Amino acid sequence: MITKELLSDTVKQAVRRGATDAEAIGVETTEFHVEVRLGEVEKLQEAASRGIGLRVLYQGRQASSSTSDVSPQAIDELISHAVEMAKLTSVDEAATLPARHELARETADLGLDDQAISELSTERKIEMARSAEAAARGADSRITNSEGAACSTTVGKIILVTSAGFAGEYPATTCALMVAPIAKEGDQMQMAAWGDRQRALASLDSPEALGREAARRALRKLNARKVATQEAPIVFESSAAEELLSDFFGAVDGYSIFRRASFLVGRLGETIAAPELTIIDDGRMCGAVGSRPFDGEGLASRLTVVVEKGILKNYLLNTYTARKLGLRSTANAARALIGAPTVGFSNFFIAPGVYRADEIIASVKNGFYVTEMIGFGFNAVTGDFSRGASGWWIEDGKLAFPVEEVTIAGNFRDMLRGITMIGDDLRFRGRIAAPTIKIDRMMVSGE
Amino acid sequence: MIEPIKFFTGKFNISISDIESLLGAALSKGGEYADLYFEYTTLDSLNLEEQLVKSANRAVRQGVGVRVISGEKTGYAYCDEIDVAAIRKAALTAAHIAESRQVGASVNVSSSRAARDLYPVGRLINDEPLPRKIELLNHIDRSSRAFDRRIREVQASLADEFKVVLIATSEGRLIGDAQPLARMRVMCIADDDGNLQSGVSGGGGRIGMDFFSEQLIDHYANEAARQAIVQLEAQDAPAGSMEVVLGPGWPGILLHEAVGHGLEADFNRKGTSAFSGLIGHKVASELCTVVDEGTMPNRRGSLNVDDEGNPTSQTVLIENGVLRGYLQDKLSSRLTKANLTGNGRRESYRHMPMPRMTNTYLLNGASTPDEIIRSVKRGLFAVQFGGGQVDITNGKFVFSATEAYLIEDGKVTAPVKGATLIGNGPDALTKVTAVANDLALDQGVGTCGKDGQSVPVGVGLPTIKISEMTVGGTK
Repeated sequence: MITKELLSDTVKQAVRRGATDAEAIGVETTEFHVEVRLGEVEKLQEAASRGIGLRVLYQGRQASSSTSDVSPQAIDELISHAVEMAKLTSVDEAATLPARHELARETADLGLDDQAISELSTERKIEMARSAEAAARGADSRITNSEGAACSTTVGKIILVTSAGFAGEYPATTCALMVAPIAKEGDQMQMAAWGDRQRALASLDSPEALGREAARRALRKLNARKVATQEAPIVFESSAAEELLSDFFGAVDGYSIFRRASFLVGRLGETIAAPELTIIDDGRMCGAVGSRPFDGEGLASRLTVVVEKGILKNYLLNTYTARKLGLRSTANAARALIGAPTVGFSNFFIAPGVYRADEIIASVKNGFYVTEMIGFGFNAVTGDFSRGASGWWIEDGKLAFPVEEVTIAGNFRDMLRGITMIGDDLRFRGRIAAPTIKIDRMMVSGE
Repeated sequence: MIEPIKFFTGKFNISISDIESLLGAALSKGGEYADLYFEYTTLDSLNLEEQLVKSANRAVRQGVGVRVISGEKTGYAYCDEIDVAAIRKAALTAAHIAESRQVGASVNVSSSRAARDLYPVGRLINDEPLPRKIELLNHIDRSSRAFDRRIREVQASLADEFKVVLIATSEGRLIGDAQPLARMRVMCIADDDGNLQSGVSGGGGRIGMDFFSEQLIDHYANEAARQAIVQLEAQDAPAGSMEVVLGPGWPGILLHEAVGHGLEADFNRKGTSAFSGLIGHKVASELCTVVDEGTMPNRRGSLNVDDEGNPTSQTVLIENGVLRGYLQDKLSSRLTKANLTGNGRRESYRHMPMPRMTNTYLLNGASTPDEIIRSVKRGLFAVQFGGGQVDITNGKFVFSATEAYLIEDGKVTAPVKGATLIGNGPDALTKVTAVANDLALDQGVGTCGKDGQSVPVGVGLPTIKISEMTVGGTK
C-alpha cells in the first residue's frame, strides 16, 4: 500500500542522497470496466493498480522517475535514478518547488468520493450498461446495431508529499456510462456515442435517458449531405462548443505563453472576445470531476477567471510557468507519475448566457448548426482553426437537413470576437463544459 | 541481447510450471482460451528547450495482464506485481467471465522463438550514458538555429523505451520478445517581426543509437526549421472541393484514416464499419494496392510477434482497387474463422489486445511525381500532415495538412496555411487518378489511438493524385 509515510521516507531519502528538493506522488486506483453489446456482456475488466512518481531538484537541475513496482528495492532504484539524472541536466532557474507559504494548509473536503460507487455491485454495473443500450435500441426501429454500452468506475486515492513540507491525500471516485447505438436507413449507417461521467452515482444521468439521447443523436445524422462552400453563421451545440473551449485552453496554457507559442501572448488585460464571453476554471466545485483540494504541486485549488466579459484576465499557470512569466501560479499544476508538472485545467467552462438553444437556432436565417467535430486542426501559435464538422443546416431559423463531410475554418481571433449569443444550457459531463454558442461567420467548405 | 523467458523466470522467480498452473487457473471457470502477457518496460525521455535540458525522466512499467475468452466474451485483469500470488488473483478474476461449471483442462506450454529478428540492435539507446543523449539534443538546437536567424526557439526531445514481453497461451505457446523503440522530435518556432510560425520534424523506429547519425539529426533539425520558415510566407488556404496531390511518406496517414481503421476486424465482425461486408468489392481505383506489413526491419510499427504472441505478416488489404481482407486479432479470427494476420496489439499489460495496424502503405505506381504535378490545373499539393481521425461507421475521415502549396497551371506555387482535408473512406481511394513511383515510409514518429490505447505505427505513400477532395481553408 502507498502511504504518506512511504512517500515521506522516499522524499527524505532523496534529500539524503543529495537532492536539494524532492516531491513524491502516489496513486492507487481500483478500476472496473464492463462493456455490453446487443444485450450480452462482451468485455469485463477489473484491476487494482498503483504507482509512485518522484521529481527531484539538484542545484537547479531537474529529473524524475516513476515505477509501478513499490517494493523497497524498486523504490531504492527510483530514488537513485532521479538523483543521478538530475546531476546531468541543465541549471534552470525557474525549476523549483512551490515555497512553503504557497502550499495548501488544509485538505478541503470537496465531495470527491462516493461510497455508492465503491459499493456498486458488478451485477448492477452490468445492468446499467444493459439498460442504456436497451433504451437506445428500443428508441426507434432504425437503431439496428450497436457498438455497445460501457459502465466504468474508478475508486482511488492520490497522495502528494514534498520536501517543502507538504503532505496531502484525498480519495476520489468516478463513474461513467457510455452508449453508442447505430442507426441505419438504406445503405447509410450512423453512430453516435453519448454518455456521462460524474464523481457521485446519484449525479449520473439515468441509463434510460443516456440511451434515448444517444439514439436521437445517431438518428438525426441519417441522410446527411454536403453543402456548397460558403461563409455562414455557425451555431455550436453545447458538446461541440466544449471542443472549441478545449482548443482554446491550448492558447492560455502557461507553457504556450512563456514559449510565445500562442496568439494570446502579451494580451492580458486586453479585449480578446465579445463581451458575452466569460471563461472560468474552478478547481473547488463540490463533487465535480475536475475538482481536487490541491493541485499537482500542493497548492490549494482555486477559481480563476480566464476571460471576463471578453477581457483576457488570466493565463492558467503552475509554479514553473508562473516564474517564467513573473506571475503567480493559478494552482493548475497537473502531475503525471513521470515528468515535470504540466498545466491542466480543473473544471473549465464557458459561463452560461441567457438564451435557450432553440432561440439561438431561431435567430439564424441561413447557417450551420454544428453537433460534432472531428480532427485536430487548431494551431495555438497562429489561432488558425480548421476541422471537420457535421450537424444540421439552418434555414429561416429552423433545422432543415443534416450535413456531413464538410469543414469549418476561421481564426480564433475573429471567432472569439464573433460570438454573438451564448446559451443557458451548461451541463458538466466531465471536466469541461460549454453552453450552445453562436459565431457570426466562419468559412464552411463543402462542394 | 535479453532472452525474455530467462529474464522473467530469473528476475521474478516464476517457473514454466507456475505459468502453466496460472493458465489453468484462468480457465478454471470454463473459459475456452486464456493468455498471460508479462511486461517489463523501461521508458526514458529527455527534453530540451531554451537551450536547456530541462528534465530527464525514467519510468519503469511492469506487470502481467490475464485474458480469458469465452465465446464472444472477454474477461481481463492485471496486476503490477510480477509474482505468482498476485497473478493467480488476477487469473481468477478474469476467469469469472466464463460461467460454465466445467473444470478447465490442464495446460502445457512449450517455448518457441520468433521466426525472425526484425530489430537487432547492437547497443540499446536505453543503455546510452545521458551525456551522449544530451549532446544529440544540443546538436539539434545548434543546427536548427543555424538554418535561419529567424528561428527563435527550438524544442527537441528524445524518448526511448525497451519493452521485454513474455506471452503464454492456453494453446501451449510460450514466446517472448525484446522490443526497442525510440523517437526524436524537433519543433521550431520562427519569428519574423511578430509573425510566429512553427514546424515539426523527427524520426525513429525500433533502432539503436547508431541510427541517429549526425546527418540524420541535422536533417530533422533543418526540416523543422524549414517548415517554420516556409509558413512565414503562407497565404490563406483555399476552401472547397478540388484536385489534391499528396507527397510521399507521412501523407500516407490518408490510408490509415480512410481505409485502415475501417478494415480492423472487430468493427467488421460487428457490422459497424463503413467497410463491413465489402470484401471482394471495389473500394479504390485499380491503381491502388494497400498493404499492412508488420515485418519491415527496424520500423516503428513492426513486431516480431504481435501482443498475442502470433507472428506478424504482410496483409494485402486492397489489391488493384478490390477489398481483400481485414486486420485480425485472436478474438475476431476465432469468431469469424479467419486466418490470423498478427495484428493483435495492446498498449501495455493494463490493456486488452485488439486489431490494430502496423505499417500501412500504398504500393508504387507508374507515374512520376513531376508528371502528376504537371497534370493539375488548380489544386493543392500537401506534403506534411499533423493528426487525423475517422468516424468508422459513416466512413468520414479528416487529416490536417501542416505544409501545403497551391498548384496553378501544373506548377507548385505559393505555400498556404494549414487546413483540414475531409473525405469519405469507402470512396476516397476511388478518386485516386495517378500513383507515382516514389514510395516512401514516414520517418518513424506515428502513434495511433483507438479506444484509449496508443500504439506505435508507420504509414507510407508514393506521390498520388486525388481527383476531388474537400479542403478546409478560408479563401
